[in-house]
Amino acid sequence: MGSGQRQHSAEAEQDFSNIDRAGLLAALAGILPASALLAEREDLKPYECDGLSAYRELPVAVALPENEAQVVAVIKACHAAGVPIVARGAGTGLSGGALPHVNGVVLSLAKMKKIVRIDPVACVAVVQPGVRNLAISEAAAAHGLYYAPDPSSQIACTIGGNVAENSGGVHCLKYGLTVHNVLRARVVLVDGEIIELGNHGPDAPGYDLLALFIGSEGLLGIVTEVTVKLCPKPQTAQCIMASFDDVMKAGEAVAAVIAAGIIPAGLEMMDKPATAAVEPFVKAGYDLNAEAILLCESDGTPDEVAEEIARMSAVLQGSGATEIRVSTSEAERLKFWAGRKAAFPAAGRISADYYCMDGTIPRKRLGEMLTAITGMEKKYGLRCINVFHAGDGNLHPLILYDANIPGELVRTEAFGAEILKLSVDLGGTITGEHGVGYEKINSMCDQFASDELGVFHAVKAAFDPPGLLNPGKAIPTLHRCAEFGRMHVHGGQVKFPELERL
Amino acid sequence: MSNVVEDFRSRILEKKPLRIRGSGSKDFYGGPLVGDVLETRAHAGIVNYEPTELVVTAKCGTSLAEIKSVLAARRQFLPFEAPSFGDDATIGGVLAAGLSGPRRMAVGSLRDFVLGTRIMDGSGRELKFGGEVMKNVAGYDVSRLMAGSLGTLGLILEVSLKVLPLPVAESTLRLEMTQADALAVMNRWAGKPLPISATCWHDGLLTVRLSGAEAAVRAAQATLGGEVLADADAFWDDLREQRAAFFGGETPLWRLAVPSVTPVLDLPGPILLEWNGAQRWLRGEFQPSTVREVMTTVGGHARLFRGASEAHRAVGVFRPLPPAIHAIHKRLKQVFDPYGMFNPGRMYSDL
Ligand SMILES: Cc1cc2nc3c(=O)[nH]c(=O)nc-3n(C[C@H](O)[C@H](O)[C@H](O)COP(=O)(O)OP(=O)(O)OC[C@H]3O[C@@H](n4cnc5c(N)ncnc54)[C@H](O)[C@@H]3O)c2cc1C
Repeated sequence: MGSGQRQHSAEAEQDFSNIDRAGLLAALAGILPASALLAEREDLKPYECDGLSAYRELPVAVALPENEAQVVAVIKACHAAGVPIVARGAGTGLSGGALPHVNGVVLSLAKMKKIVRIDPVACVAVVQPGVRNLAISEAAAAHGLYYAPDPSSQIACTIGGNVAENSGGVHCLKYGLTVHNVLRARVVLVDGEIIELGNHGPDAPGYDLLALFIGSEGLLGIVTEVTVKLCPKPQTAQCIMASFDDVMKAGEAVAAVIAAGIIPAGLEMMDKPATAAVEPFVKAGYDLNAEAILLCESDGTPDEVAEEIARMSAVLQGSGATEIRVSTSEAERLKFWAGRKAAFPAAGRISADYYCMDGTIPRKRLGEMLTAITGMEKKYGLRCINVFHAGDGNLHPLILYDANIPGELVRTEAFGAEILKLSVDLGGTITGEHGVGYEKINSMCDQFASDELGVFHAVKAAFDPPGLLNPGKAIPTLHRCAEFGRMHVHGGQVKFPELERL
Repeated sequence: MSNVVEDFRSRILEKKPLRIRGSGSKDFYGGPLVGDVLETRAHAGIVNYEPTELVVTAKCGTSLAEIKSVLAARRQFLPFEAPSFGDDATIGGVLAAGLSGPRRMAVGSLRDFVLGTRIMDGSGRELKFGGEVMKNVAGYDVSRLMAGSLGTLGLILEVSLKVLPLPVAESTLRLEMTQADALAVMNRWAGKPLPISATCWHDGLLTVRLSGAEAAVRAAQATLGGEVLADADAFWDDLREQRAAFFGGETPLWRLAVPSVTPVLDLPGPILLEWNGAQRWLRGEFQPSTVREVMTTVGGHARLFRGASEAHRAVGVFRPLPPAIHAIHKRLKQVFDPYGMFNPGRMYSDL
């Protein structure tokens, strides 16, 4: 069946079970060399999930184009056959965004990893989508420049994935998220047409489609080239590690730093179970007696950093820090951060499995959230360790579980959903940087009413009329919310009353 | 539900062309003014301001001046330094116009500071996107789409913006140099870790503002050289508000947005550079095609900012869009404003 008749709608999930698999594979074989087209079960296996391994699915095929022309041809073939397309970068996503569609093609951009050019005068880098985040900074280093957003996964994750997720990093409080650091994206639409959003100037005419596109999780188009802004490397940086005997006090210290008019280059919090998990592996030198530690960084000229470190230390002291250590060398500073950046892998070492949450809440509600999480640990009989991008209120509770123990995954999911629900109730959001993907799709029904969800579906249809790009992710259908809503009826009010109950 | 919002809704449900208007400070900007005026100023007030959360939420009719003074009392500000062009500019209009001021290259543009919006669409539905937290990737970023949409996608009811602490220290330097030298110098400095927060070149004079920690500003001042400009705040205010002498008179004013490294342009006429050379203001009677051709070769775009004739406004003052992007614009317009009532033609004649 051609895609012409099919139109994406907000109401119900699309059914792709009637696709012509043999025809599709033949078409793709005409586009890609044999080495760039995978269709055997054992070859598909490595693509069955992303960084969220709890959900797995085998696609019909994996296409690994090497250039934009091949990307266009693959997309046109899928479009003609009405087949779903799931873009994939490095597969480090934590929300199942790159989870394959059982009737679809995984379009891997991993082979497109050329740095097209670096312009040190204009401070921009033009890169292909499969370029790793860190590789950009490495290539720019010779010019004293770097790419600011630094997700903890930066050695592996791709810029295409970063654009799709609007990824952040430990320095985004001061330097912004992906959306603040990308100037232009070249995008292939579902019909194979190429558009450019943004440009090398300060803005583009018309609606800000670049801002709309960033964070769209592979649902609006496939990125084939990105121009990023490069920042001058600060002359120096120093990091404070402050200990607190109470998590609440650490939370209040974060607000106090901001109230003092300081925007630290990084402001992160880890609770005691988190430092205990990390320290044996990373030997970051964390204070293991502290109930919580804050990492608070300043960067700039040597004088500026000295001035700011003094001001930050005074505020932290005034907020009841029990110990304050300032990094005395670049090596020590990097060690402080290495511990924080290794938090997820460390969780993986102390527990068979872990499930990372990503809600953002107003900073002042941190205490309520932590108290609630402690209660949930008892309720669900699972442990949770907490790392936060404290400066911007983005929480990463890591729920520890063992998928081999019957019932633990289900309890873990319920635990996570309760944290997300609370994030919304506290005035925040279910996801700060990892995206909705497949994982949080039900929780979207908590955050948005049916009118907004309808608009999201219509926005998708404005870019992708047949609805072939990453279907079933990011935005729940109204039907799904109606089913889910039966479990979450608030104050006697039925959500989505316009939809018939099943 | 407030009466004002209900009034908005009933006006919208009449399905007649509406010209959404705050104080009218930007009536000169964009395409022709079509439709009955829908006044937003009755819907005013700061809904929430939390200095330690770095966020302010205000109703659309709140004046920019009020927000600025409330923030200033807590030593905070809206870093994108939007121009108000008049005393009564409203925050809704500021968002819809999407214009940023002198600090844009250092801190980002207006849209970078948008955290959330509440809008009323063409069916009279109140819709809420984004929120008040710094990081939020749930759903498409419709809030930022409103920035610069010129009121063509809906009535903006409320907006949440990220705010920042005021810089501890500021100083403005003045150096004499040619336009070509200024372009070279501004771009070179932009690649260095210097606390430059604004640049402006006009008529042989480069003016540079430094903002940051005392130590950083002092050190940069020594590195950059030049004379310290007295009464610098007035200089930057006049630049932002286009009250400086360069902007006077009736001659059309073109705004050129180009890569900052673009050399001196081959377009005759008085010129003023901002944003390290990425925003260039040009005075003169030009054929749009002349300016657009030059822009195409350098990878930039031009808009006739002020002084367009009615005829020119009717055909459009913004650069036409490539067909595939234009098609997406039309479909998005359809999503939010299916009856085509909001500011018809203000951005492009068929939107
Ligand atoms: C240990 C660890 C630490 C992490 N730390 C952080 C962190 O600090 N901050 C943070 O924000 N995230 C973090 N993440 C999450 C993840 O790394 C980011 O979401 C990252 O941007 C994903 O990039 P990727 O290349 O792996 O994308 P994938 O996982 O392959 O894909 C992610 C999404 O992007 C889409 N996509 C990929 N490429 C394209 C393209 N070219 N065009 C269109 N759509 C595309 C996919 O369809 C999918 O929806 C972490 C993950 C891990 C495993």
